[in-house]
Amino acid sequence: MSKKLLEIQNLKSSIEHTEILKGINLSINQGEIHVIMGPNGAGKSTLANVLMSHPKHEITEGNILFEGESINGFSADEKAKIGVFLSFQYPEEVAGITVENFLRAAKSAVTGEPVKFLPFKKALREQMKLLKIDETYGSRYLNVGFSGGEKKKNEILQMAVLEPKLAVLDETDSGLDVDAIKVVAEGVNTLANENNAILIITHHKKLLDYIKPNYVHVLLDGKIVKTSDGSLADEIESKGYEWLSNQGGV
Amino acid sequence: MEKKQKTYIEDIDRGIYDIKNEVRYSYKAEKGLTPEIIKEMSKEKNEPQWMTEFRLHSLEVYHSLDLPPWGPDISEVDMENIITYIRPDTNLNTSWKDVPEDIKETFDRLGIPKAEREALAGVGAQYDSEVVYHSIKQELVDQGVIYTDMETAIHEYEAIVKEYFMKAVPPKDHKFAALHGAVWSGGSFVYVPQGIRVEIPLQSYFRLNAPGAGQFEHTLIVVEKGASLHFIEGCSAPMHSVINLHAGCVELFVKEDATLRYSTIENWSRNMYNLNTKRAIVDKNATIEWVSGSFGSKVSMLYPMSILKGEGARAEFTGITFAAQGQTLDTGTKVIHAAPYTSSNINSKSISKGGGVAVYRGVVKIAENAHHSKSTVTCESLMLDNASKSDTIPVIDIRNDEVDLGHEAKIGRISEEAIFYLMSRGISEEEAKAMIVRGFVEPITKELPLEYAVELNNLINLELEGTIG
Ligand SMILES: Nc1ncnc2c1ncn2[C@@H]1O[C@H](COP(=O)(O)OP(=O)(O)OP(=O)(O)O)[C@@H](O)[C@H]1O
Ligand SMILES: [Mg+2]
Repeated sequence: MSKKLLEIQNLKSSIEHTEILKGINLSINQGEIHVIMGPNGAGKSTLANVLMSHPKHEITEGNILFEGESINGFSADEKAKIGVFLSFQYPEEVAGITVENFLRAAKSAVTGEPVKFLPFKKALREQMKLLKIDETYGSRYLNVGFSGGEKKKNEILQMAVLEPKLAVLDETDSGLDVDAIKVVAEGVNTLANENNAILIITHHKKLLDYIKPNYVHVLLDGKIVKTSDGSLADEIESKGYEWLSNQGGV
Repeated sequence: MEKKQKTYIEDIDRGIYDIKNEVRYSYKAEKGLTPEIIKEMSKEKNEPQWMTEFRLHSLEVYHSLDLPPWGPDISEVDMENIITYIRPDTNLNTSWKDVPEDIKETFDRLGIPKAEREALAGVGAQYDSEVVYHSIKQELVDQGVIYTDMETAIHEYEAIVKEYFMKAVPPKDHKFAALHGAVWSGGSFVYVPQGIRVEIPLQSYFRLNAPGAGQFEHTLIVVEKGASLHFIEGCSAPMHSVINLHAGCVELFVKEDATLRYSTIENWSRNMYNLNTKRAIVDKNATIEWVSGSFGSKVSMLYPMSILKGEGARAEFTGITFAAQGQTLDTGTKVIHAAPYTSSNINSKSISKGGGVAVYRGVVKIAENAHHSKSTVTCESLMLDNASKSDTIPVIDIRNDEVDLGHEAKIGRISEEAIFYLMSRGISEEEAKAMIVRGFVEPITKELPLEYAVELNNLINLELEGTIG
């Protein structure tokens, strides 16, 4: 049996005194791929942000265990160092720092070891090639002037470089063209192995043509109201979320 | 004995910049300002009569002028308590071996002799009121380039000095210009003859070691027709608990088709009032490029001015200002378009943290006759916390219709989302902020020669350390 990587117990959170997460329970084992779906405003990004310790979100109740230990009090950089990664729904633009320099600094921070300039450059180029990102993007400022889709691909590039144990992808497939979705899916499949896990937040089942999840969860109004296998995504695609709202709460 | 610092001075370790030496001097003026002190000083410096008179006249102007009615509060500057002239106990040397050990070590730590060996065509080093070291490569001497200290220049090149001295910045310009005219000492003199292109930079470094003293160096540069030069100025002082004053003056004369780049990194201790006046007179089709990094000081008022006097003259200004706790840095630039087809391009960035105040204050004036002139002003400020303040006060005065003007000002706080984004990749909060700040100034560091870009980044890191967050 594979090991438990992440366990979320009755997690509640609030932002500026408004409760958003209202008791999330979720358990993810190594080697698994989970999908979270849910309507706009349900709290999916909030869950991702809370997992990554966004400073504006406050955990008011519950526990997040990572490899058996509580990480409630960890800061975002500490989370990154133990292997948590978030692909942002809206990646920030940071002027004046190039993608390559940033990623080298990040890699070094996450591994705690200096990263050599030339080998890193070479490895980065390889990754960029796989993700069909032009080499020149390495010397562009981080996300500045990137198109929506380019930003998303850049998130996957970062994931590939940092090799996290748990990757949370918040709508990484939104705004991508059909070819790009395929490329991103390949990136995810390349990363996925029996020691790590992936949590995908999405609105579209297209991505699931390429990535086979073990579980699909539906998040509604701050709670997970249904968990099933990949077929749930098809059901949602045809029926929407309405029918689920009265099942909620348990 | 080190006494406890007064509370208004933030007590941070500024590393090598902060190491102070014992004060040894061969001549030190009384505190304060009287005609007697001025005469004594002029005599001590063995100056020609016209200079003694110039000083005395400037002193009169000084007494007749008030402090500027705008800008930061500088009422604390009390000339009765500032020593205007301190001659270190050494003469001007042309070999570092002859410079007293502690002074040499100071410049060693600041990297001056190393830079001289590796990247400069000439070096001047001033310690308190006098220049203690000067050198210039022989090739330049052979081409007729002059680079020496002002004291030497006034004797050996008296005619040139007399023609230009305080003609760009007359003593009546403002109170501290008048003060400068009265008590100036040290500084560098550069003369580049017609058509000579000096490819490697010259650098003068001004170090103010003595507590309670003023530094009033005068830099005079003449770049003749079709010639070019990159001049670098560095300034610093260790921390003292009493006020120090820096009221230097820089006068640049850029002749037809000539180019001058004037780069400065000023890094003063937090007890310094930095009231510096810099001005360039730019002739036909000539270019002045200012690169200006302002760090440290308690109060800085610094607005390098370009007077575009000849048709087609150009000015570029690139400035970085960093104001931390207890500091008010009021900086900017002024450009006077006084001829047709002149252009200016101003790019200023400021950072404030820990309650520091960074103000951009600038003037662009386009005169009646300056048709077809162009000016672009971009100023951006980044505040690192809620306690800090930034402001931009751009004055634009246009006297004719045929001009092309662009202006953009942005003031913002450091983005929490961006910090979170970087942190989510394993980067610590402090480093994330530093990255954002370095990224913010990147367009400027990119313009600097490598060593200075590195120094600038080091200074930014130094300022960010410790008290951030
Ligand atoms: N600062 C805030 N103050 C109050 N409510 C907030 C704040 N930030 C977010 N919210 C609310 O939290 C709820 C959940 O938002 P979240 O971004 O997690 O939704 P989501 O499920 O990711 O939606 P989408 O599918 O549109 O991305 C929304 O109703 C949102 O308006
Ligand atoms: Mg969302």
